[in-house]
Amino acid sequence: MSYFLFDTGKSRSFSGSHALRRNAAKSLKTADVHVVIGSRVDKYRASLPKWKNKTAVLLELGGECLGVHTGESRGEEGSNVLGFARFRLGDSEPTDLIELVRQPRTSEAAVAAAKQVFENAGLQVAVCGDFAGRIIDRLVRPYYNAALRRLDEGLATADDMDTTLRLGLGYPEGPIALLERTGLAHHFDATQALFEAYGDPAYAPARRAQVAKQRSAAKKK
Amino acid sequence: MSEIKTVGVAGSGTMGAGIAIVAARAGFRTIVYDTRQDALDRARKQTAGFFAKSVERKKLTQPQVDRIMVDLTATTNISDLAACDIVIEAVFENLKVKHEVFGELNKVCPQQTLFASNTSTLSITEIAAGSGRDDRVVGMHFCLPAQLMKLVEMSPGIKTSDGSFRMAWDFCRAMGQTPVRTKDNPGFILNYFLVPFNNDAIRLVEAGVAAPADIDRAIKAGLGYPMGPLELLDLVGLDTHLLVAEALYASTHDPRAAVPALVKRMIAAGHLGRKTGQGFFKYAGNAMFGG
Repeated sequence: MSYFLFDTGKSRSFSGSHALRRNAAKSLKTADVHVVIGSRVDKYRASLPKWKNKTAVLLELGGECLGVHTGESRGEEGSNVLGFARFRLGDSEPTDLIELVRQPRTSEAAVAAAKQVFENAGLQVAVCGDFAGRIIDRLVRPYYNAALRRLDEGLATADDMDTTLRLGLGYPEGPIALLERTGLAHHFDATQALFEAYGDPAYAPARRAQVAKQRSAAKKK
Repeated sequence: MSEIKTVGVAGSGTMGAGIAIVAARAGFRTIVYDTRQDALDRARKQTAGFFAKSVERKKLTQPQVDRIMVDLTATTNISDLAACDIVIEAVFENLKVKHEVFGELNKVCPQQTLFASNTSTLSITEIAAGSGRDDRVVGMHFCLPAQLMKLVEMSPGIKTSDGSFRMAWDFCRAMGQTPVRTKDNPGFILNYFLVPFNNDAIRLVEAGVAAPADIDRAIKAGLGYPMGPLELLDLVGLDTHLLVAEALYASTHDPRAAVPALVKRMIAAGHLGRKTGQGFFKYAGNAMFGG
């Protein structure tokens, strides 16, 4: 599967050297798939109709839905265009997980081609629908908020809570240590966005995340 | 040094069988009680399979396993637990059922016998209140799969004596486990966080956000968790998850603890998880986890 890489700069998924960059075709003409990375994939929005003969077009997403780039219609949207993001928590390094975003009528050939491109670059792919928070953020943000709230309520010390979740569930890291490592202010941003998208109180940023965000904002002034 | 020599386990489901392995493997004479002989037979078969794998993996020798299997007995007669220094209850997550079991045990066990509950969500104080010996009841929540996981959440009830708690704590350590003291709060630490998290994963399936395999792959690859939430639910059993989540919801009224409708539909269809060969995934056998 030959693909051409368009880099719009400041990619959160592929900022450094990676097989996905190294394996890309040199020629635009021969590529079956177009991969657009970086924080300004919107620049190529107008090109999507011209690329409809490609097997797949893959757009790196930030927090936005794929529909922002493709448009949506009556739940029938879908084409050769997919979204993707390499999962990373806040300041940590990107993981080897690609969340691959499809729409209801996305071509199965495009999904297969996208998986092949990423898997050939040594990444694991989880396919999901076009929803805010995709899979992981949607699942972990309420858990992190609950851990921060229970810490405030004195359920256990931060260390005991982390130890219990590591030993009891085999998690590599407890929630409090993880949030300290990856940035509580980042957690605030991610969970606040989901709170706005869904209106679910479980996503409302916990007090400690609010404090961290306020301190982070004050430092930037 | 543990004062306990003989251990009773009431209930031979997934948790009970795992706890019995932990106790017997540590050298305690262990008696497993269940009302159903077929449940005991199934647990015995799974336990034998688990220890066979332990020998294969050179974690135990065959003579050691032979000794353990002699010391590990089963009974459908609750009076046989009269010989126990501690009885660990691992029955359904239902307060009435637990009161019935402890009420029966209170009649047959000597006064000094310690009672422990493997409850994951119910209040130890409330369980103890129906035991007839509420100063000698301790929460001992093992983690799934009990035969592999070291952590035990230990909680005293309001009336639990310091001596009883200390004895249970020492026994836990003598089994080679790692006890962590928690408050007698709904779900303690683990299930307070885990049950809503798993419910959220089920809701993603319900909402068509992603297929179970994709959700589990994302959680494992993205967060480094050893199991995905849906694989874990299949191991726990959807029927057990329903009981745990309903108990947690009744205590907390947290909307995330409320059981998604899909769980009840899967239970109605007999898709309970590994034990029925199908849950969120299909399984070829029901061998016990690990070895």
